[in-house]
Amino acid sequence: MKWPAMGYARAASLPDLWSVLAQHGSAAQIIAGGQTLLATLAFRLSEPGTLVDITRIPELRGISVSSGVLRIGALTRHAELGRDALVARHAPLLTAAVPLIAHPAIRNRGTIGGSLAYADPAAELPACIVALDAVVVTASAAGERRIPARDFFTDLLQTALNPGEIIAAVEIPLAERRSAIQEVARRSGDYAMAGLAAALRIEGGRVVAPRLVYFGVGTGPVLAARASAALEGRALDAASIAAAQAALGEDLDPPQDLHGPPEMKRHLARVLTGRVLNGFLNPSEIAA
Amino acid sequence: MNEITPASIGLSREDLPNSYIGRSVPRPNAPKLVQGRATYTDDVVLPRMVHAAFLRSPHAHARIGAIDTSAALAVPGVIRVFTGADLAKVCDPWVATLDHLKGMKSAPQHPLPLSRATWQGEPVVAVVAESRAAAEDGVAALRVEFEPLPAQTDMETALAPDAVVIHPELGDNLVFTRTAETGDVAGAFASAHKVVEARFVTGRHTGVTLEPRSIIADYNRADGTLTVHHSTQAPHMMQGVFAKHLRMEEGDVRVICKDVGGSFGIKVHVYPDEVAVAAMARILGRPVKFIADRFEAFASDIHARDHRIKARLAVDGQGKVLAFDVDDLTGIGPYSVYPRTSAIEGNQVVNLCGGPYDFKNYRCTTTVVLQNKAPTCQYRAVGHPIATAVTEGLMDLAAEALGMDPIEIRRRNLIADDAYPYTSPPGMRFEGLSHHASLDKLLEMVPVAKIRADQEEARKRGVHRGLGFAAFIELTNPSPFMYGIGGARISAQDGCTVRMDPDGSIVASSGVTEQGQGTEAILAQIVAHGVGVPVSRVKIITGDTQTTPYGGGTWACRGAGIGGEAALQSAIALKQQILEVAGAMLQAAPESLDISMGNVTDKATGAERMTLHELGRIVYFRGDTLPKDLQRELVQTRHFITKEYPFAFTNGIQASWVEVDPMTGMVKLLEHWCVEDCGRVVNPMLVDEQVRGGIVQGIGGALYENCVYDSEGNLLTTTLADYLVPMSAEMPEMHVGHVETPTRESLLGAKGAGEAGTAGAPGAIMNAINDALRPLNARVHEQPFTPERILRALGAIA
Amino acid sequence: MTASDREHRSASEERSVNPPQQRISLTVNGERVTRHVEPRRHLIDFLRLDLGLTGSHAGCEHGVCGACTVRVDGEIVRGCLVLAASLDGADVVTIEGLSDSGEVADLQANFVARNAAQCGFCTPGMIMTAADILAHAEEAGGGTPSRAEIREHLSGNYCRCTGYQAIVDAVEDTLKARHLAADSDLRAVPALQSSEASR
Repeated sequence: MKWPAMGYARAASLPDLWSVLAQHGSAAQIIAGGQTLLATLAFRLSEPGTLVDITRIPELRGISVSSGVLRIGALTRHAELGRDALVARHAPLLTAAVPLIAHPAIRNRGTIGGSLAYADPAAELPACIVALDAVVVTASAAGERRIPARDFFTDLLQTALNPGEIIAAVEIPLAERRSAIQEVARRSGDYAMAGLAAALRIEGGRVVAPRLVYFGVGTGPVLAARASAALEGRALDAASIAAAQAALGEDLDPPQDLHGPPEMKRHLARVLTGRVLNGFLNPSEIAA
Repeated sequence: MNEITPASIGLSREDLPNSYIGRSVPRPNAPKLVQGRATYTDDVVLPRMVHAAFLRSPHAHARIGAIDTSAALAVPGVIRVFTGADLAKVCDPWVATLDHLKGMKSAPQHPLPLSRATWQGEPVVAVVAESRAAAEDGVAALRVEFEPLPAQTDMETALAPDAVVIHPELGDNLVFTRTAETGDVAGAFASAHKVVEARFVTGRHTGVTLEPRSIIADYNRADGTLTVHHSTQAPHMMQGVFAKHLRMEEGDVRVICKDVGGSFGIKVHVYPDEVAVAAMARILGRPVKFIADRFEAFASDIHARDHRIKARLAVDGQGKVLAFDVDDLTGIGPYSVYPRTSAIEGNQVVNLCGGPYDFKNYRCTTTVVLQNKAPTCQYRAVGHPIATAVTEGLMDLAAEALGMDPIEIRRRNLIADDAYPYTSPPGMRFEGLSHHASLDKLLEMVPVAKIRADQEEARKRGVHRGLGFAAFIELTNPSPFMYGIGGARISAQDGCTVRMDPDGSIVASSGVTEQGQGTEAILAQIVAHGVGVPVSRVKIITGDTQTTPYGGGTWACRGAGIGGEAALQSAIALKQQILEVAGAMLQAAPESLDISMGNVTDKATGAERMTLHELGRIVYFRGDTLPKDLQRELVQTRHFITKEYPFAFTNGIQASWVEVDPMTGMVKLLEHWCVEDCGRVVNPMLVDEQVRGGIVQGIGGALYENCVYDSEGNLLTTTLADYLVPMSAEMPEMHVGHVETPTRESLLGAKGAGEAGTAGAPGAIMNAINDALRPLNARVHEQPFTPERILRALGAIA
Repeated sequence: MTASDREHRSASEERSVNPPQQRISLTVNGERVTRHVEPRRHLIDFLRLDLGLTGSHAGCEHGVCGACTVRVDGEIVRGCLVLAASLDGADVVTIEGLSDSGEVADLQANFVARNAAQCGFCTPGMIMTAADILAHAEEAGGGTPSRAEIREHLSGNYCRCTGYQAIVDAVEDTLKARHLAADSDLRAVPALQSSEASR
C-alpha cells in the first residue's frame, strides 16, 4: 500500500530537533534510516502525523574510542558498522552481526539507533549490545540519560525511551572478551527463528561474566540469567555447556510464530548454545 | 521425416548461417530488459487516467450489510465508489465449469459480490481516484457493515453433514470428483509382495509474479470500444471474456499486452477485481488503472496445490509395480476460477500419478471441495509436482521395503523406450518418451558412486546428506481436449502471420505471448530459419488482439510446440512465395532457388542471385515490371493445432543432493540435476533456463512456500517476509541435460519445456531429504519440508 | 463525467487537507532536478511518476523484493524505503542513468548472453545490485568474489524466473573479464572489448 498522508520535517541539530518535536507533540515520529518504519507505513499499521528526520544531525554520527569505551553514534548505518576498524577491534561481535542483518541495500540505510529503538525481538543488534553490556546514551530536551542495555528493552517493541527522547549513541566498555553470534534463519538475511549473541571472558581457565543473549525467542533480547550463571566460574567444557543448555529452559518463554511452536525455539536455542560455546573451545581444549 | 533437413521441408541447409533452429541465440528483446527500457502495464500512462483500489473482505465469510461511502467520497482526489450492485448493472456474472468434467458445479461470481464475501481478501467495494494513494485513502474511509458468518476452512470437513455450505443453492461443497480405475486393484494389493503407503500434503502456493497483476481498461464512448492494457498470458481469451460479460461485441474489445513481469499461470485467469476495472471504465468512459499491491497479490492472486493425498503402492518380489491406489483431496476456495476451472489440478493428479511407470492396476480419486480461502487454480506445472511427489515418494518407500536401490527400482519399472505409442492406466496416450535414455543420461551427469561414498563417510561424522530421484512426465501442447471440448473459449490452435517488407526485413505476428520465457526469441529464430534471413532482420509482434492472429497465448507449455509450428509453417510458405516471385524476376525455376541470409541464391551452387531488398523494391515499387498474373503477396498466415494426440507428453528425471542438519531441521541444497526431453530443442540456452527457473519454483514449494491460514480463514502470510520464496544464497547449482524425442505431429517437433523443472523438483528433494534422514529413522511427506516438520519427524520436538 | 462525479470532485477539493509539499533539489542520473513532493511519496514513485523513469520497479513496496534498488549517494538502497522528501541535495542513479553511462555495459551484455533476465521485472534492481558487487570488488582491488559471495550479495533481490544461476554466471563472467582486463592493462595490452565500454 501507499504510505498514508503525513508531514515531514528535518532537524539540522539537536536543539533544532527539540523545537521541532515540541511543535508537533505526540504527532511526531522520529525517522532515521527508515528501513523498518517505512515498511510498516506501507502496511498502514500506523499513521504518524509528521515524520521528523534526524539523519542530518551531526551530533548523532561518528565512531570513537575514549575513556575506556567504544562510542557508536546512533546514525551509524549497519554497513558502516560492518566495515569500521574500531568496531572490528573492540566489538567484533557487532562486525560479525552485520552480515546477518537483512541485505546490502538495507544495511546501507538502516542505523544502529533505529534498530535499537524499534526493538524487534528477532533483531541482532539489540541482543549484541546486551551481550556486550553496553550503555544506551539517550538525548532529549531534558538532557542526556545513560541506560544499561539490559534495562533498555522493556517489552515487545518497547524501550525505556521517553516521549521526545532519542538514542544518541551506544557505548561499549572496552574489555578483552570472547564473543560470537549465531542464528538459525530460513534464508540468508531473514529474521532469525532463534539466535544467540554471547560474550564472556576466560580467566585462569574459568568463565567470567558470561552473557548469553537470545533473540527471536521472546519479547526482546533475552539475557539468559540461569544459563549464564551455569557457566560462571566453571571451566568451559562439555559438562558446563550441558549445564548451560539444561538451565536455559527456565530462561526462555518463546512465543509461537509462523516457523513453529515455542518448543522448537527452545530446542533451537539449546542447539545454538552448544554450537556457540563449543566454538569458544580451542582445539587443545576440545582434545583435553 | 521428422528431421529438419532441406530434403524434408524445403529449408536451407542446416549448415547455413541462418540455420537457427537448435542454436542458443540470445533473446533480441533482452537488451531492453537489462537497461530498464521495457514497458510493463504500470509504465503505461493514458490521458484522463484514474486509479482503482479495493476494499477487501476482512472476513473469510461474511454477509455484506450497509455500505456507507460518504466519508470515502469526501476524501481529496476520490472520484467515485462502486459496489457490487453498481457493477452488476453493466456486467454479467460467470460460472466456472467445464462440460467434460462430469458433474462439476460452481456458483455464479460477480466482479464485486452482491451480498456475501466468501474469502478474506475478496474485493467488495471499489474506489476510483486521481491517484492510487488517494484511492487507498478512500478505501480507508469506507464504512462497510460486515456480519461475520461461520467459515468452512478445513477441506477435510467440507463434505461433512455439519459443514458450512458456502453456496446453499449448490446443496453441498462438492465441486467435482472423478475416479479412474483400471485392472484389478484390490487383487493386486492382496497378492503383493510388499505394500507401502503414505499420506502426502502439498502446501498452498501462489505464484508471486514480481510484477503484480496489472490492468488499465479504457472505454471510449465515441467509438464504443474497450481497450485493455493487461499483464496477461492470454489476450484473446480475455478479449472474449470482457466482451461477453460487459455485453459487447468481441470486435469492439482490444487487449494489448506489452511486457509481462512474470506469469507462471497466475495471469491466465479471470479475476473479479480486473473485470471490475473494465466495468468501471465502461461506466466512467475513461481509463482506469489497477495495479495490485503485494498484500492484494497474496490475498487475491490464485493459490494452488492445496492437496492432501493418501496413497498406496503394491510391488512384487522383483520390485515390479503391481498397482497404485491414490485418494486425492483438494480445497479450492469458494469459487471455481473462470474460465479454466479449479477442478483441473485434481483431474491432473488423476491423470498423472504413476505416469512414468509401466503397470496395469490403477485407482485414483480426486475430490474437489469448496472452502472459505482464496480461490485456487492453475499454476505452473498444474498437478504435476503433486503427482510426481506422490509417485516418487511411494517408489522410494517401495525400494526401501525391498532393500533395493532407488535407481534400480525405477529402471525395472520405467516404460520401455520402444513401447510407444503407449496408453497409461488413466488413459493418457504417449506418442514417444525416453525414460530409460533420460535415466542413462542423468547417470552420466550425477556421480552416484562418489556421492554414495561421500554420504557414507559424512554419516560417520554425523553429517547427513541424501540423494533423491524423481522421474516425471509433463503434459504439453494441449489440444481442445483440455478446455475447448468443455465449452470454454480457450483456443488450443495458434496462428502466425509472416510478411516481408520492402527492405527485405521480416515481420511476424503471433498469437502466443511473451512472458519472459523467450517466446519472441524462438519465433524469430524459427522464422529466420524458415525464410532464410539473419535473425536480426526479423521483428516479432505479440500481445495485441487487434494485430495478431487469433491464438491461445501462453499456457500448458504450448508456445514453442504450437506457436512455433505455426511460425515455421508460415515462414516456409512465405519463402515459397518469395521464390515464386524471384523465379519470375530471374527467369529461373523457383525450385532451383534458395534463400540464405537475406539473399536469393542458386540452390545448386549457392551463388547469390539477388537480395531480398532488391526483390522488395521491385515488388512494392515497380510491380508494373512483373508478369500481370504473378502472385506477389509477400505475406502468409498459417495456423496450427495438434490433431493426433490430445497432449504431447514430455518426460524427464531429476536428482537432488542435499544436506540435512538434524539439530536445526535446516536443509541445504548441495546440487541438482535434471534431464528432460522436450522434443526438438529450438534454443538450448532458453530451454536450460526454463528448466532451472522451474526447478527453483519447485524448490520453493518443497522448502519454503506456504499460504498459511488460521482456523478462522485469516491469511497469515500476507507479506514477502512471511511467504518465503527462494533467494539466490540458498539455491544450488543446477545441471541440465537433454534427450530429444521430437513429436511427429509437427515439422518442428517441439514440445513444451517450461514446467518440467517444477514438476520434478519437489519429489526429488523430498526423496533426498528422506535419504539423508534414513539412518535416523525419520521421514517427511508434508510440504514444505520446514525445520519444524523435520524436527518433528526426528522426534527433536513433539 | 456525470453530474454526480462533478459534485463529488468539488466536495473533495474543498476538503483538501494534505500536508505541505517539500521542495527538493537533487541530481538524478547526472541531471539537476527540482520538484515539490508530498512527504508520502517514496523514491520509486518519485522516479516513476514525477520523473518518468520507469526502469525502477515497485515489486512489493515493503522493502523485501529488491526490484526498486537504486543508488543514492553512491550506495544501493531500496527505493521503496526512502522518502523522496528526504533527498534534498542527494545524488540518485537509476538503471537508466547507469545504462547511459556505460558503467555496466559489459555486465548487461553478459546478462543478455547468459539469459540472466527472463521477464525482466527484477532485472534493473538486479543490475544495480550486481553493479554494487563490481564496484566493491574494484575498491577491494584484489581477487574475484566467489560464487557463494555473489549469491549472498544478490540475495536481497528476488528473481522468480531464472533460478539465479544465470545471474550469478553473468556477474562472475563480468568480474573475471574485468580482472583479466585489469591485468592486461598493467601489461599494456589492449583491454578486452567488453570492459572497454565500461570506462
